[in-house]
Amino acid sequence: MHLQVSSVSKSFGYGPKAKPVLDSVSFDLHSGQFLALVGSSGSGKSTIMRLIAGLDRPSSGEIRLDGQLIRGPGADRGMVFQKYSLYPWLTAAQNVAFGMRLQGRPKAEVRERTAYFLEVVGLVDSARLLPRELSGGMQQRVAIARSLAAEPKVLLLDEPFGALDLQIRESMQEFLHRLWQQTGLTALLITHDLEEALLLAQQVHIMAPRPGRIVRSVNVDLDRSSLAHLRVSPPFLALREELASVLRRLDSSLPA
Amino acid sequence: MPSNEADPLNRWSSLRRFMAQPWVLGLVGVATVLLIWLLTTASGAVDKLFLPSPQAVWQAGQAQWTSGVLVKDAVASIQRVFIGFALSAGLALPIGIAMGTNQTICRLLEPLMALIRYMPAPAFIPLLIIYFGLEELPKVLLIFIGTFFFNTLMIMDAVKFVPSELVETALTLGGRGLPILTRVVAPFIAPQVLDTYRINMASAWNLVIVAELVAATEGLGKRISLAQRFLRTDEIFVGLIVIGLVGLCIDLGFRFLMRKACAWAN
Ligand SMILES: Nc1ncnc2c1ncn2[C@@H]1O[C@H](COP(=O)(O)OP(=O)(O)O)[C@@H](O)[C@H]1O
Ligand SMILES: [Mg+2]
Repeated sequence: MHLQVSSVSKSFGYGPKAKPVLDSVSFDLHSGQFLALVGSSGSGKSTIMRLIAGLDRPSSGEIRLDGQLIRGPGADRGMVFQKYSLYPWLTAAQNVAFGMRLQGRPKAEVRERTAYFLEVVGLVDSARLLPRELSGGMQQRVAIARSLAAEPKVLLLDEPFGALDLQIRESMQEFLHRLWQQTGLTALLITHDLEEALLLAQQVHIMAPRPGRIVRSVNVDLDRSSLAHLRVSPPFLALREELASVLRRLDSSLPA
Repeated sequence: MPSNEADPLNRWSSLRRFMAQPWVLGLVGVATVLLIWLLTTASGAVDKLFLPSPQAVWQAGQAQWTSGVLVKDAVASIQRVFIGFALSAGLALPIGIAMGTNQTICRLLEPLMALIRYMPAPAFIPLLIIYFGLEELPKVLLIFIGTFFFNTLMIMDAVKFVPSELVETALTLGGRGLPILTRVVAPFIAPQVLDTYRINMASAWNLVIVAELVAATEGLGKRISLAQRFLRTDEIFVGLIVIGLVGLCIDLGFRFLMRKACAWAN
């Protein structure tokens, strides 16, 4: 699997009212990699995600998956939104099965994979509950299971934990990290939380706003055997502080 | 001393709990009006011709029941409402969904529908009689005209409020056109569609009575206009009460359906 984002620009609107939102964004993502895009809100993170998902078209530049130009949405790019996007009339299990049923997979296979992915996200006991009966963290785990069950080549996560409490966020970060280690998934995570990005991603791109562009890329080669230790380890804190100052400078240089 | 105080307090709170049941106050309201009606007629202050007593109305109702007129009228009215509204609801669903999902269709039809919606349906009666005579068709069409545009526009609105995340999630799971309509849009709008039908059913029920007042051989509205000709106020009251009760039953039926079919939305 190889996702190539090449010189992608995007503006909304036409003529003199056109608003540039992305300016020549380029990066690559390979099988098994975990990549994060970090930037303050309004830096075009969701926009680039939507372009990759095929929900919107770039104004210029191109996005290719395994050499194929992306022309629209497809099951090879699963997406998890920040806002809970479970189908409120379906149980947790039915939500997980939803994509597979859209794909027309055989019933037995759907049942088997649903059970498997509910187990992977630790929600076997909640299989029959409706979304409104689940906590925010559980809902996002169902959404992730639903995406994974449809067998995407890459999982696109748009601030998946942005609406959760701090405590739950941390346990969800642990969860996502374990999931990545266990399943070998390929993930693109968008967040405005620098710590989250550095904890989870092997490579982090920092984005500047107006128009959105990548201003700094770092490889994060740290020992991830324990995220709790990593959070407070000196090299991690040093890297975090260095990049935080980059983000701060970007924010303060904005016209008020 | 303490037990003396606790007792009335306790009684008060259990009374309050009883009154808090949603149906209790509603029943109290109905009973109060009935009582006032009973007392007013019993006092003889009002001419019986203007305000018949509840007993007289009950007797008139019983007479209509035993002669079979009541059932025949009710069936005739309900049938008209059912056919006219089924046509309206059945056609409004696809057109409303089309308008809610497709901007071109919406821009084409919305102004037209918004305009016709404000034309009072009863004003179409003369035209319908000229075109289709005095049979069933004009009455059914009146119900259709009076509810179709409301149904369509309200369904269109429901479709427009489907959260884009739900549709986009389906797209990124490999969903396309029709399956998204049937598996995402349809279940999401189902509660609003049922509620739309429930609300507009009330106007269908109004319109059938209006149509029958003008021209019909049977039906609850027809019975009322006949009763007026013979100054039978007791029969007018029977008609009004039956119309109200049937309408209430239809409303409750829709609520029941909604609670059963769309439990997730409650
Ligand atoms: N459909 C759209 N039409 C017009 N402007 C948009 C649209 N989508 C996003 N934008 C603008 O693009 C900018 C970046 O938005 P977004 O990609 O959501 O940023 P982020 O996810 O980093 O917060 C914002 O200023 C937003 O107002
Ligand atoms: Mg965003």
